[in-house]
Parts: sequence; C-alpha cells; structure tokens
Amino acid sequence: MDHRPQAWGRPRDDIYGAYDGTYLNHNGPKQATQSPVVTGTSVIGIKFKDGVVIAADNLASYGSLARFTDVKRLRVFLDTSIVGFGGDVSDMQFLDRHLNELAIEEAYETEPLATTAEDGAVSRPGVLNAANLHKYLQRLFYARRNKFDPLWNQVLVAGLDAASRPFLSSIDLRGTAFTSPSLATGFGAMLAQPILRTHAPTEEDAAKLTREQAVNAVKECMKVLYYRDARSLDRYSIAVVTKEGIELKEDEQLEKQSWAFAERIKGYGTQTV
Amino acid sequence: MVAPPAFSCRRAGSESSHSSSDSTTSIGTGYDLSNSIFSPDGRNFQVEYAVKAVENGGTSVGIRCKEGVVLAVEKVVASKLLKPGANKRIATIDRHMGVVYSGMIPDGRHFVERARGEARSWRDQYKTPIPSDQLASRMGGYLQVYTLYQSVRPFGITAIVGGFDSELEAPVDGEVGNGPSVGAGGKAQGKTYGGPKLYMLEPSGLYWGYFGAATGKGRQSAKAELEKLDLAGEGGENMTLEQAVKEAARIIYVAHDDSKDKEFELEMTWISASTGPTKGLHQEVPKALRDEAERLAKAALEGDDEDEAKDKMEE
Repeated sequence: MDHRPQAWGRPRDDIYGAYDGTYLNHNGPKQATQSPVVTGTSVIGIKFKDGVVIAADNLASYGSLARFTDVKRLRVFLDTSIVGFGGDVSDMQFLDRHLNELAIEEAYETEPLATTAEDGAVSRPGVLNAANLHKYLQRLFYARRNKFDPLWNQVLVAGLDAASRPFLSSIDLRGTAFTSPSLATGFGAMLAQPILRTHAPTEEDAAKLTREQAVNAVKECMKVLYYRDARSLDRYSIAVVTKEGIELKEDEQLEKQSWAFAERIKGYGTQTV
Repeated sequence: MVAPPAFSCRRAGSESSHSSSDSTTSIGTGYDLSNSIFSPDGRNFQVEYAVKAVENGGTSVGIRCKEGVVLAVEKVVASKLLKPGANKRIATIDRHMGVVYSGMIPDGRHFVERARGEARSWRDQYKTPIPSDQLASRMGGYLQVYTLYQSVRPFGITAIVGGFDSELEAPVDGEVGNGPSVGAGGKAQGKTYGGPKLYMLEPSGLYWGYFGAATGKGRQSAKAELEKLDLAGEGGENMTLEQAVKEAARIIYVAHDDSKDKEFELEMTWISASTGPTKGLHQEVPKALRDEAERLAKAALEGDDEDEAKDKMEE
C-alpha cells in the first residue's frame, strides 16, 4: 500500500485503479457555458396607461428539482427601472452586481431627486432610464454572445423612457432585443403571452388599461403559469413602475386557485385512463 | 541645535526670507524642504504647510445628528464666468457616503477617486457596502503614506466624510434569497447596528470621528457655532435632519461673514436612514429646503447685525 503523504485520503490505486485525470487536461477548444444550471422560469410584463407591471415567481430550479424557493428575480435599478430575470441564476447574480456597480457610478454624477410641485412626480434629468438600460443590456448580452460565452438569461426591462412613457422590453442571451405592449419569457411566452395580448393587443389598447386591470391580468397569468408550468411556484414577486416610483412586493401568494380542471386531465403518470 | 542636513544648506537662507512672518524659529533651518525628515524638535514641516493650504480653502462643515448627516461647503466663486451650480464640490463615494473637503481642489479630487476605489474594492471582496469607519481608516492610511517619502508631498486638504451605515440587515450585493428565516447569526440581541457617521481626515493622516466637524478658512467661528449646538448631548439627540440642514447653512454663512470680500455658493448634501428623506442615500439637499435654509441663515445674520447695532447705540 502507498503510505506517502500525497496519497493520504485518496482512493487506493490497488483497489480502484489509477486516478483518471484526463478530464483536467484541456487540449480541446475552450468551452464556455453550454447550458444553464440553476434556472428561473418565466417573467411576464404588461404596460398600462401610467406605467408597467412586471412579475416573476420566486423559484430557482436545479433541473426539475425546486431547489430555492425564495429567490428574488425582479431587481430594482436606480429606483427607475425593474429588470426581471429568467434563465441562469448565477448569471443573474453577475448581472445584478454589475448593474449595482453601474448604479453607484451613476450616483457619482447625478442630480438628486427633484420633486415637481404640481403632481408630486419625481423627475430625474440625466438619470439612466429603462430605455437606456435596455440598450446597455442589449449591447452587453450581444458582446458576450460574440465571445461565445453568453449570459444565459432572457430578461425583461420595465420602467419609463426619456419622455416618461411606459417602457417594456425583452433581451435574450443572443442580444436579440425588442419591445411590445406585453412580454413574457420562457414558458410564459407560450402560456401567458396570448392571454396578455387579449388585454393589450396594441400600444393604443395598453394606453387605455388601468393599473388595476393590468395587475389583475398579470396575476391571472401567474396563476395559469403555476397550473401548467412544472418549473413554477405559487409564491411570486410583482412590481409596478410609474412616475411616482417603484412598488415592489417580493412575497406574494397566488390567490383563488382551483385545481378542479386537473381531474379531467388524462394520460399522465400512473393513470390508466 | 543640530546642523541641518547638508543637501539643503544652500537653499535654507532663501527659504527663510519669505517665511519670516512665521514666528516659529525652526522654520527656515532646512527641515521644511522635504517630507520624511523630522526637524530636531519632532515636527514634519511639510505636513504643517499642507495644513496652511487647507486654512486658505472655503469652509466645510459636517453635522451628525440622530437622523443622519449633513455636509455643507462654502464654494468660493472664482469667476463670474463659471456657471452657477456647476462644478460640484461635494462628492459621492458610495451610495451611502459623501465627502466634502477644504484646501487644494485637485488634491481633493484625487482623494475622492481613491475613496471610490476603496469603496468599490470593499464591495468586490465582501459584497456589502463599506462601513464608514473602514473607509475613514483606509483613507487615513492613504493620507499618512504621503507624509513618508521625499518623492511626494502631503495632501493639501482636510476632508470630512459623512456616511449612514445601514441599520437594516446587511444587504449583500447579488444576493438571491432571503437567507435563514430565523435571522442572521452573530448578532447580539437588542444591539443596534449602523447609524450616522462623521469623520474628519487631516493631511497628516490623522482622523477622528466627530459629532460636528469644520475645516477651511472659517473653521474657528464654525467650530464655535457647532459647539453651541451641543451635538454630543441633547442637541444631537433632538435635532432633526432638517434642523441640521438649516444649522449647517447658518454656520457656513456665519463663517463666511468674517471674510465678506468674495462671492460664494452654498452647497449641501445629506444622508438619512432608510426610513428618512434620502432612504439611506447620499444626495444633494433639495432646492426648496436649501433655499429655505439660506433664507433663514441670511435672516439670522441680519438679526445679529441689528443686535450689534443696538448694543452700540446703548453704549
């Protein structure tokens, strides 16, 4: 038996064979992230006449395992915008820290909150708004894609543009970016997007929605997603961005669930139809 | 007396000719020509000269009260061609921390740059905002190093650092969950954490924590006014942040009153708790409040003048 110190605590070669260290030798091409590991599912958002509503559940899955159940996937940027993260959670952390650094650099230069007398609205000239943040993130995602080391996320940016109009946009891991009156990432793109479109098919329709209607539509969609998306949770975060600022609630519970429809579903698991 | 170092003998004479106004006898003996050389009576003259540079700068004031910290500076208007309100003198170091300084402005700018770097590297390492005492310690060390070497000169500034260390559970940059629901470990029951912090750093690297701090040209009268506020006792306990803003404005006006020659702008920032008006951030005092504070400051000065006039009449 090998009694040399460097062999202490290691599986014995005479029993298990010599250690196979070949996986440590990188002779092939450099490999960046090939797939996400711990993931968040859908983020959904919809514009209304005074702002934007955005929501995401509080789950981070490890494959099909519901691994972390108190994850904050909506992140506030500079009290002006919300970024909702779908996809890889470690990349979300990286982006969150990066945006935090950016926000501090902004604080070096910017003017304080200036409250205008008439409507109590907070105007902050020169502060990065949601439209600016959207552009920045799009360039960041695209640059990382070009390095073949993408940030494995699809994000929604919610806030106001330079003219204080509601702003909602989506960016994915390739840097593809677009805006729409309502948006959803991940499974939500299939399940929630059609429902949101019935509420606001066009910008004009979105401009007629009240805050209450928008919040209700989003809550309805979160419920549908929980019913049908197996990587979702009934606890979620929801934020409303308006001129007055951001209202973020991070521990909401889905209300008035009804699983009566589940009885009629056949053809899964151990059922024998 | 010990002979001065040989290398400075030739210049010692010329030095003494224009520093003759200073009553200290050791000046002009050659020990004031370089950093890192003590004079035989144990002084570093370069540091003392740096303090002189500070004493020519516009007055800076910091007030700490229970609700937060106020920073104020008398920004001397160098030229009418400068845009009013531009070229800010008070800088943000991190979101919860600001600095104001008197003395050589470029030195101050470099100080700010370094302080921001320290704050950033703290966040990189510990994923949390830098506590004010740590920032003061690091910057104190940085200033001190500039008194040690022949190749550098000390900073010509005295800086007042104000911060509000979060009283909440320490937020972690990039944190994902809420953490354990039973509360973070390692915390004593009933003990409060964080709070308003105020430090003043001098060119020597010396720094203390203060209830109220003043530096620059009008520091004498400003300190006298700060002492009257009793910030260490009931004054600090009872003063609201708005009152502190008004006092800071008044003190700057009082301190300026002795040297009426030059125009100046009043610049003020404040930091409150997360429940206060700035939500734990270092921000400029809103214009409405600043205008009000300035109006009161001017009124208080005029009141004093009238009192003085009355006293004279009675005499």
